[in-house]
Amino acid sequence: MTSKTHFDVIVLGGGLAGLTAAITAAETGATVCLLEIAPRALRGGNTRHTRNLRPMHASGAFPMEGAYDFDEYLDDLLRVTAGDTNHALAELTIRESNHALTWLQEHGVAFQRPLSGTLHLGRTNAFFLGGGKALVNSLYRFAVQLGVHTIYEATDIALNISGDRFVDLTYQQINNTHRISGKSLVTAAGGFEANLDWLEEAWGPAAKNFLVRGTPYNKGDILRQLLDAGFKQIGDAAQCHAVAIDGRAPAYDGGIVSRVDSVPLGIVVNNEGKRFYDEGQDFWPKRYAIWGRLIAAQTDQIGYAITDAKAEGLFMPTVLPPLKSTTIDDLAKQINIPADSLQKTIGEFNAATVSGSFDHQALDECHTEGLPINKSHWARQIDTPPYSAYPLRPGITFTYLGVAVDDRARVQVEHGNPSENIFAAGEMMAGNILGRGYLAGIGMTIGNVFGRIAGREAARHAN
Amino acid sequence: MPTNQTTAEAIRVMTICNACRYCEGHCAVFPAMERQTVFTQNNIDFLSNLCHQCGACYQHCQYADPHEFGINVPAVFEQARRESYTQFLWPTFMQPAVLHGGKFMATTLLLAISLFFLAIVGLSGMSKIFAPQVNFYNLMPHSVMAGAFSLSAVMVVVSWWMTLRRYWHSISLPSPGSIRMSTYRVALASALTLKNLDGGHGEGCYESGESPSLWKRRHHHLVLIGFVLCFFATLLGTFYHYSLNVPAPYGWLTLPKILGVTGGIMLLVGCAGLFWIKQTADQRLVSHDNGYGSSLTALLFLTSLTGLGLPIAKGTGALGFLLAVHLGCVLALFLNFAWGKFIHGFFRFIALLADEHQKTKKN
Ligand SMILES: Cc1cc2nc3c(=O)[nH]c(=O)nc-3n(C[C@H](O)[C@H](O)[C@H](O)COP(=O)(O)OP(=O)(O)OC[C@H]3O[C@@H](n4cnc5c(N)ncnc54)[C@H](O)[C@@H]3O)c2cc1C
Ligand code: SF4
Ligand code: SF4
Repeated sequence: MTSKTHFDVIVLGGGLAGLTAAITAAETGATVCLLEIAPRALRGGNTRHTRNLRPMHASGAFPMEGAYDFDEYLDDLLRVTAGDTNHALAELTIRESNHALTWLQEHGVAFQRPLSGTLHLGRTNAFFLGGGKALVNSLYRFAVQLGVHTIYEATDIALNISGDRFVDLTYQQINNTHRISGKSLVTAAGGFEANLDWLEEAWGPAAKNFLVRGTPYNKGDILRQLLDAGFKQIGDAAQCHAVAIDGRAPAYDGGIVSRVDSVPLGIVVNNEGKRFYDEGQDFWPKRYAIWGRLIAAQTDQIGYAITDAKAEGLFMPTVLPPLKSTTIDDLAKQINIPADSLQKTIGEFNAATVSGSFDHQALDECHTEGLPINKSHWARQIDTPPYSAYPLRPGITFTYLGVAVDDRARVQVEHGNPSENIFAAGEMMAGNILGRGYLAGIGMTIGNVFGRIAGREAARHAN
Repeated sequence: MPTNQTTAEAIRVMTICNACRYCEGHCAVFPAMERQTVFTQNNIDFLSNLCHQCGACYQHCQYADPHEFGINVPAVFEQARRESYTQFLWPTFMQPAVLHGGKFMATTLLLAISLFFLAIVGLSGMSKIFAPQVNFYNLMPHSVMAGAFSLSAVMVVVSWWMTLRRYWHSISLPSPGSIRMSTYRVALASALTLKNLDGGHGEGCYESGESPSLWKRRHHHLVLIGFVLCFFATLLGTFYHYSLNVPAPYGWLTLPKILGVTGGIMLLVGCAGLFWIKQTADQRLVSHDNGYGSSLTALLFLTSLTGLGLPIAKGTGALGFLLAVHLGCVLALFLNFAWGKFIHGFFRFIALLADEHQKTKKN
């Protein structure tokens, strides 16, 4: 520990947004302190689990596989958010995303062609070589080289805000309290997806059965302090990105490997053995995000994806093998749902399938007819043992509720001017641009774009 | 083949990697992993030998310690590789050479040096060995040396043949003749350039931590090229001796000498470099191998050091002793060729070949 206690810029949180802000500020010559709550080995928040970002780009030069221009990007964003976005900030993000690749490459981040199984993203998304942790390591290396003072395991950060100005803060480290002050503060401490109590406020007791796909450290402490200090909230707590994942995944940090892609190839039942939604509505990557909510709405927040032998090998391998049996009755017993009910559901489903040619890589013609809830594609009879079941739970990826910012990343006061020295970047303010829905790679894009803006503006204010 | 603890752990790790795939761009292992439909002892023997121990996938793993998955591909693959060397080694009673590589080296080295010392004493007498000598063939005739090492070479080649054909078949490679020439070419190029040590971005490997470095690759190149130069120097010397009737010692400006000295120096620098890299390596990546890995580096280093010493000791009383030590090192090195770390090169080449072969078969 150095005894330095005053900095030009203090950054809270060391994921992509915080690191980008810290590096950008340090490159202008500002003295920067970065406080990260996690120990070094678990630094990088949810950024550690990411694999790509979505930059606007004019050509198919490596690593991109085709151009993706401003208009198309904006159309996509408006479509997924159904217009729930701050237009000016959305346009700013897209325009600035044009420089994200170069910025990251200049800071040691390497890219690769799309991972297998993600070819549909090859034109729009740039994949990090080695994934998000490789990116995190590179950026920390740069930050340290630039003299950013990095403090891990900084817990219980308490902000001292006077009016709408940041004054100083205290934090704990190994049972010692430290106080540091800064001319500017960049808040980049992620969302509150790991705070099940907060989620419960919006979701009720169901939230207790959510699995957190990312870091256990994003509890929203900093966000809460900003909101309590009177800064303007954006979005609401009931909005969150939750996908259906393997119910046996770790409670935190399960990341990408907890996915179960077998849903469109079979049926999903709740614990009464009943189907509750069209499993074949669209390709899984386009639908897995609604399934988190669908399962959250079932009793005990659990569902079971059931397939037969015909589906084997057609979806991404999973970490844990499915529960398996040669009979439906025994399978029902294993997953603890009424066997007669499951038999009935499968019987009715099988009877309702119409013959057609099956193609799991296209929106094929296999569907059901006459059921209260039909399946639109990939509907084949479930009749070939062994049968498999994957338990599914809602896995929360990130939250949308955040703090409102302006185009200089300054946090907004409910009525009046923005704060002159408090800035926000990344998931804490992503709700300004992504009010709802999801566009793969937009989270990291916002993190880098607003990280650069916040770092630049924070350093400018400090000078 | 029963799956042991290491294989079980390797299968667990590969199952998680195969669901994740973030490291796909780092090396050949991950794309090869994705081609396998199930993980078995056999394809772990294949995948682990394809791994070049660059460390990238460990430093970048979102599931590494302290995550409950505790993924560490290079560590488990290093262990699995060593078990594959043990398992396929011929004759099986030589397996302790892998299990206790350091002891094996020390014992063989000591015995071999003593053997040559006694041989020199026996052949030319105690008085001659410490007397100033200009030509070492006065101490030990060329025919004896050539005879001893030819015999060892035959033994080495036979055990390679037996060991490697077993490995070859176990990883489901078809007969050598049915593999395309271009497949051999590509595999050889990957082996010689150490393509898989470049991290996938060309900046090198992560053995010593989070920053990539090209030094392991460079030092390995030095060792390999140095070795090849020394090998050719020896062949050329044999050719001079028998065909041109020009016996050693050769002057500094003759071809065998130039090749030998250049090769020897490259070996010294390269081995020292590899040793230093191993010392400074991230401890989480290396497992205790009882000196197995370092024994090859040590023997190559000692052999070139004593070899380079010979012309310098010419005309002094040290020549005899140095000769015994040098020949002892060479003999111990031959034993390492057959049963020590040296075979990693062949295993890796065969794995690279299998990888290329699977790729061409798929297309
Ligand atoms: C499994 C998974 C996969 C994802 N994949 C992608 C993807 O491929 N592409 C994409 O664009 N987005 C992806 N996302 C979303 C993406 O992770 C986020 O949009 C992005 O990481 C946000 O960056 P950030 O810096 O704001 O937050 P984070 O990366 O989460 O960083 C926040 C940091 O703040 C620290 N912190 C939290 N609270 C405190 C506190 N009180 N005091 C101090 N420090 C604190 C945390 O420890 C953490 O290091 C994924 C998310 C998950 C969970
Ligand atoms: S080493 Fe880790 S990050 Fe890389 S593929 Fe395996 S599980 Fe994924
Ligand atoms: S250590 Fe390097 S070579 Fe081995 S599997 Fe990992 S990335 Fe590939």
